[in-house]
Amino acid sequence: MNLELLGITVLWTFLYGYLIVSSIDFGAGFFAFYARWKKKDHIMNDLISRYLSPVWEVTNVFFVFFFVGIVGFFPATAYYFGTALLIPASVAIILLAIRGSFYAFNNYGSRDSIFYLFLYGATGLLIPASLSTVLTISEGDFLAVTDGKVTFLAKELFTSPFSWSVVFLSIVSVLYISATFLTYYADRADDRQARRTIRQFALFWSMPTIVASLLVFISLQMHNPEHYNKAITEYWWMFGLSLLCFGIASWFIYTGKRYGTAFIMVMLQFFFAFFGYGASHLPYILYPYITVHENVTNETMALALVIAFILGLLLLIPSLILLMRLFLFDADYVKGKKK
Amino acid sequence: MELDSVMLSRMLTTMTLMFHIIFAMIGVGVPVMIAIAEFIGIKKNDPHYLLLARRWARGFTITVAVGVVTGTAIGLQLSLLWPSFMEVAGQVIALPLFMETFAFFFEAIFLGIYLYTWDRFKGKWTHWLLTIPVMIGSSASALFITTVNAFMNTPQGFDLKNGQAINIDPIAAMLNPATPSKVFHVVSTSYMTSAAILAAIVAFAILKGKRGQYEQKALRLTVTCTLIFSVLTAIAGDVSAKFLAEVQPEKLAAAEWHFETEEGADIIFYGTLNEDGEIENEIRVPKLLSFLAGNSFDTEVIGLNETPEDERPPLWIHYMFDIMVSIGMFVMAITALFVIMSKVKKWNELNKPLLWAVVASGPLSLIAYESGWILAEVGRQPWILRGYMKVAEAATRNDDVGITFVMFALLYLVLGVMTVVVLIKMFKNSPAEAELEKRFPNGEGSA
Repeated sequence: MNLELLGITVLWTFLYGYLIVSSIDFGAGFFAFYARWKKKDHIMNDLISRYLSPVWEVTNVFFVFFFVGIVGFFPATAYYFGTALLIPASVAIILLAIRGSFYAFNNYGSRDSIFYLFLYGATGLLIPASLSTVLTISEGDFLAVTDGKVTFLAKELFTSPFSWSVVFLSIVSVLYISATFLTYYADRADDRQARRTIRQFALFWSMPTIVASLLVFISLQMHNPEHYNKAITEYWWMFGLSLLCFGIASWFIYTGKRYGTAFIMVMLQFFFAFFGYGASHLPYILYPYITVHENVTNETMALALVIAFILGLLLLIPSLILLMRLFLFDADYVKGKKK
Repeated sequence: MELDSVMLSRMLTTMTLMFHIIFAMIGVGVPVMIAIAEFIGIKKNDPHYLLLARRWARGFTITVAVGVVTGTAIGLQLSLLWPSFMEVAGQVIALPLFMETFAFFFEAIFLGIYLYTWDRFKGKWTHWLLTIPVMIGSSASALFITTVNAFMNTPQGFDLKNGQAINIDPIAAMLNPATPSKVFHVVSTSYMTSAAILAAIVAFAILKGKRGQYEQKALRLTVTCTLIFSVLTAIAGDVSAKFLAEVQPEKLAAAEWHFETEEGADIIFYGTLNEDGEIENEIRVPKLLSFLAGNSFDTEVIGLNETPEDERPPLWIHYMFDIMVSIGMFVMAITALFVIMSKVKKWNELNKPLLWAVVASGPLSLIAYESGWILAEVGRQPWILRGYMKVAEAATRNDDVGITFVMFALLYLVLGVMTVVVLIKMFKNSPAEAELEKRFPNGEGSA
């Protein structure tokens, strides 16, 4: 594998990691607010904050990692996306900032403010929507380039069926991923009441997730036929596997057993769909301006980044395992018996 | 002054950085203080110090959260506001930026573990050991990000051909001439400022009548640490001045209003410039600048006149230099006085004027920290990449920077106010004595 493919694979993997961990986080924020609003917070909010408190910062780093990495590997992305996305990206940063800090204000500072919880829950749904626009833009036709000046065609984006189907998919999958994970977590905690509530969320959000995925496919065919054709001819099997995993996960959740396996299936479902989507988008990062082959950084830097990446992983993986053993797989902690 | 994209981009970057570095500085310095307090607490089996570590850690989480989100903001703003710069520099300095996120990742993981495992391990030292990766992570991210800033001051490790960077050497770019002195200065001032702020909080509590053992121990610890770190800072400042004289003379010359190249150059404190550009009302110490630049009163110091007029930094950075140095000296003097008085039995270090001076050291150190960064950054104007790319060529060509500036200004206003409110509330609702009673009911091991 050459360096640029290795680079984009690494970055895509990180984006996938962010997709999973941030979905859990974003969805949990929404459920926490919903439960408070319906006066059911005693059932599940302790559970949610037991999971989130030690890991929310780590979630954020996955994102930083991705955007620092992509500018490093493919500096042209900084120029195109950077110039064009000033307003939408700034809005996303502000939402992330509000969410992150108000989480801390609520959980470590003055507890129990419904206003903070509202900000936390609402931004949790707006952020995936705003971040997903970057993926939409990468499909082309939303940027105009004249004399090297890049402009963002906001009106086209807001009136495009494709862009709305992506937004819809991002929101429902956040809720779906989060609910399946929390069902598993509640099950580990032996918290039947919470499990019952969250399991219903998981079942409820599974259908819209599949519908939204199909919508994205259909609208992609209209928006970028080249990408669509590559997806269904070369990578159809990945989307097939994704659907299969979805079926298995839904079956386990529906029959009410093996929630751990069910969540792994959900992760695989998104893994296949996300990588199938990414692979069929190649060689373009931003259609049709940036490709992985022409716009990769110089060889020395790419090699240095790969080496730094491997060394970094050697440091991070054991630390992440430690973190998960302490807060995810330690039964006593999950049950709230250990502080 | 015209409010074009360049100016607005500069203003927005300045605002974000000035806000972010408060939290970044706390993020680098406070873990060290927490580690020291917990270490003493375990070593002496003294619940006061353990409680101190716990309470600092709790407040720390709030500042970390704001630090993380504003750090994310500046990370993205680099590409949003300076796309042309990132396109070129990304080829050369992606490595340290990437490594900075690794260090930050490492810190984030262990900080999460540290905060939630106070009573989890049997051995007390196991929990303390967690402070080590946190300190390594936070100081290493300061190191890596500072190498990026150092690179912008003294770029090397590449050649520029037709606007393209070639012959790239990422390690040489990181280990550029400015790196050692910058890293040393950034880390030492972060430790110093954090310690000074913690000292100021305790001193204020004592002035408000809380004169328990807990507060007295906390004050002695924080003031001693401030003194040690301020001495380190002074050494780092001296190293930086010598570095500037040799490699970046126009910055030192503008900061010192030193126009003619000469041997035995005077140093100028304070003063004003009149309409003809002559210096008035200054305190002049003969030959000291030469000494500062090269350890000898006859060292030749290059003057600003050697630099072409359109490549000179603005002269007002002299005031930033004055503020930074004066405050550094003041804090060192006050903390030294405090430490001496606490050693001599007859003297009472807890007298009102001295305590107020310690209180003042906190916010003053923060002002010095900000002034120092303004001096360093404005001192390399008009360059974004000294000698290679000017700021005006690097800014975005997007026309919406103005509205973005307003949005972020509102965000920082809200975050700033909320942080202060939440922190005050947090500690008011749980006074130290009550917490001590609750956590260590038998006064176990109290000395």
